[in-house]
Amino acid sequence: MEPALFWEYIIKSGILLLGMTGGFAYLTYYERKALSRLQSRIGPNRAGPWGLLQPIADAVKLIFKEELIPTSANKLLFILAPVITVIPALIITAVIPWGRPIHLFGRDINLFIADINVGVLYITAVASIAVYGIVLAGWSSNNKYAMMGGLRATAQMVSYELALALAFVAPVILAGSMSTVDIVEKQVAMGEPWGAAFGFILGLLRWNLSMPLGFLIFFIASTAEINRSPFDMPEAEQELTAGYHVEYSGMKFALFFMAEYIKMIAVSMIAATLYLGGYNGPWMEQLPILGPVYLFVKVFLLLFLLIWVRGTLPRFRYDQLMAFGWKFLFPLALLNVVIVSIVVALGG
Amino acid sequence: MTVQLILFIILALVAVATALGMLLSRSAVYAALYLVLNFATVAVFYLLLNAPFLAVAQVTVYAGAIMVLFLFVIMLLGTEQLRRRHTLAWQQPVAIGLGIILLAETAYIVLAQRGLVSPGTTEIASITGSPTEVGFNLFMSYLLPFEITSLLLLVAMVGAVVLTREEKKK
Repeated sequence: MEPALFWEYIIKSGILLLGMTGGFAYLTYYERKALSRLQSRIGPNRAGPWGLLQPIADAVKLIFKEELIPTSANKLLFILAPVITVIPALIITAVIPWGRPIHLFGRDINLFIADINVGVLYITAVASIAVYGIVLAGWSSNNKYAMMGGLRATAQMVSYELALALAFVAPVILAGSMSTVDIVEKQVAMGEPWGAAFGFILGLLRWNLSMPLGFLIFFIASTAEINRSPFDMPEAEQELTAGYHVEYSGMKFALFFMAEYIKMIAVSMIAATLYLGGYNGPWMEQLPILGPVYLFVKVFLLLFLLIWVRGTLPRFRYDQLMAFGWKFLFPLALLNVVIVSIVVALGG
Repeated sequence: MTVQLILFIILALVAVATALGMLLSRSAVYAALYLVLNFATVAVFYLLLNAPFLAVAQVTVYAGAIMVLFLFVIMLLGTEQLRRRHTLAWQQPVAIGLGIILLAETAYIVLAQRGLVSPGTTEIASITGSPTEVGFNLFMSYLLPFEITSLLLLVAMVGAVVLTREEKKK
């Protein structure tokens, strides 16, 4: 491998990792601000102008907190669990493209880390191993609430993974490829007959009408998959105090927190890529550098949707959650696949 | 020595070590986790063999779905610690027999590669690389075994549902 290519990959991975962790810090601020506006409060406004330094203050606080390890906990797994939770969250977006290739420093640079021909499947694979961290955290804490939280997380994530994977099938069938770059470009190609700017919106409309339930199923299933409200059963306060991370404190707790918020960003990036045109938008031909901007805007709006849902809906009851996943969402996802297949077979 | 060979040797060591760890571990949770690592290593082997589809499917199905359920059951039943002398009478001879068969197969493959004995089949399933190829091979050349497997899985699933149903009625 030539050195320049090597450095290109190092830098791109660094940007992604820093972007995700920095995004996590300011997503907590974003969520607290948006939630407080939804609840007619002001939200954090003491640290820095408009409370902008709040995430940094939080980080400092968490670093200096005392770290406790319960005496009868399984120490090795107790320490490993937060790490195992964060890693899938960080690597899952490696296959998401941020933009068209750009020309920089005399090189053509692709704005993605990996465009593999099994990109979508890679996402499901990483999502399916994400549950280990939570399960192990629950088990190794040697605490009944943590244990229950871990068990709930397993059952919930395994159940909703099915609907999630089926939601992925629809864009794959439409694009005829599992590569995320192909999927994004296919969405543009669908609107091509109608010109550049206008065609983008029509193409997106056509894409989503071909799989009418796709985005909705993905959104619900992925909210459950990342344990966000209203599906935050593994950490239901009334029943389990804090669920799987009840024994964690300090930086280890921060890592769980971080994983949850990075997963929010990751899910929004995936949703934007598979259903909302990814890095594409009007006037991409003239200004290819707009790609990351469009992606950012879409992710920002999707994140607001997640926060909005959290601020609005109460938590499910556990049995209702499982029944909803298996008896409603899963058949619906199957129906969606059938619809897409018919549309594609009829030449849509 | 090429990079691939070094990678292979390291991975092989990890694979053997995790397999041994899984067999010798007294704690069921550790055994399960060793098995997860083993599956992950096998997935990397598939990547080395230029079969990303198989690698990712391996992670999704084995490391992701099946082992999570194993862990779930182990934790739910609370059987983390294995009993000291837990041996089945028929297990040892069967294991030895199967081991000998595996060794014989390996020896045969090695000899066949050296050209000392004739290989059983010249046509090795050439499923590599792209998911398209895998799909075509599954649904064209190997349709019958594929459908039979799916039927088997369906039977197992229905069986599981029926078994849990009856337990509830009691």
